[in-house]
Amino acid sequence: MTTAPRPPGEPVWHRRLALDPPALSDLRAHVRAAAAACGLGEAETARLVLAVDEAAQNIIRHGYQSDAGGPVEIALWQDGRDLKVRLRDFAPLADLAQIRPRPLDQVRPGGLGTHLIATIMDEVVYRHAEDGSGNILDMSMRWRGG
Amino acid sequence: MAELAHQLVKTDGETRLTVEGEIDLSNSRDLRAVILAALADTRALAVDLSAVRYIDSSGVANLIEGFQKAKAQKKSFKVVDPSEPVRMVLRMARLETILLG
Repeated sequence: MTTAPRPPGEPVWHRRLALDPPALSDLRAHVRAAAAACGLGEAETARLVLAVDEAAQNIIRHGYQSDAGGPVEIALWQDGRDLKVRLRDFAPLADLAQIRPRPLDQVRPGGLGTHLIATIMDEVVYRHAEDGSGNILDMSMRWRGG
Repeated sequence: MAELAHQLVKTDGETRLTVEGEIDLSNSRDLRAVILAALADTRALAVDLSAVRYIDSSGVANLIEGFQKAKAQKKSFKVVDPSEPVRMVLRMARLETILLG
């Protein structure tokens, strides 16, 4: 099991929400506002919003495996020039070895979300919650001022 | 819930599907049905995404599926005039050349 340190400081934004597909639009709006509060530019904000949306929909599709979704805790921190995001679900434990971007040499639908996350974020760590009650995704993006 | 609207215009030999709003997991199945129905009824489908403010991987999957179905049926499928948010995602998915024709 991989471990990751808890990001320091108070989160810029955090929430526990009932995550299902209709909730994604609101989630994006919140992340967009939090990114703006951290001073991110338009392009970086768009990329961060996409990465968080893809991570959230992976939880719905592959974690809870149902459009009904389930509870998720999400928090966004600023740590120097790093923007850190944590998504914590209460879904069955994921097979961490199976979470990897698919190669893009084949043009086919599906499997793009993990690739987009890996492309956008500088660090991506999936792990199980220590008490085995769900999964935690820690991601960070270096703010480059774009 | 993400807002999404579309308009279909048929001209000689081509159908133009104009999509407006945000494409995400909450509505991409609806859009998939629209794309596949439009494709079944034309020889060439142009999907105008100039008014799309957001697209995720589920929306991109619809475009890939439309492209592949068109190719298998020897029809034309292309994305035209993508907005910057759409272009950003297509670029990251390395699909600009394929889908923008």
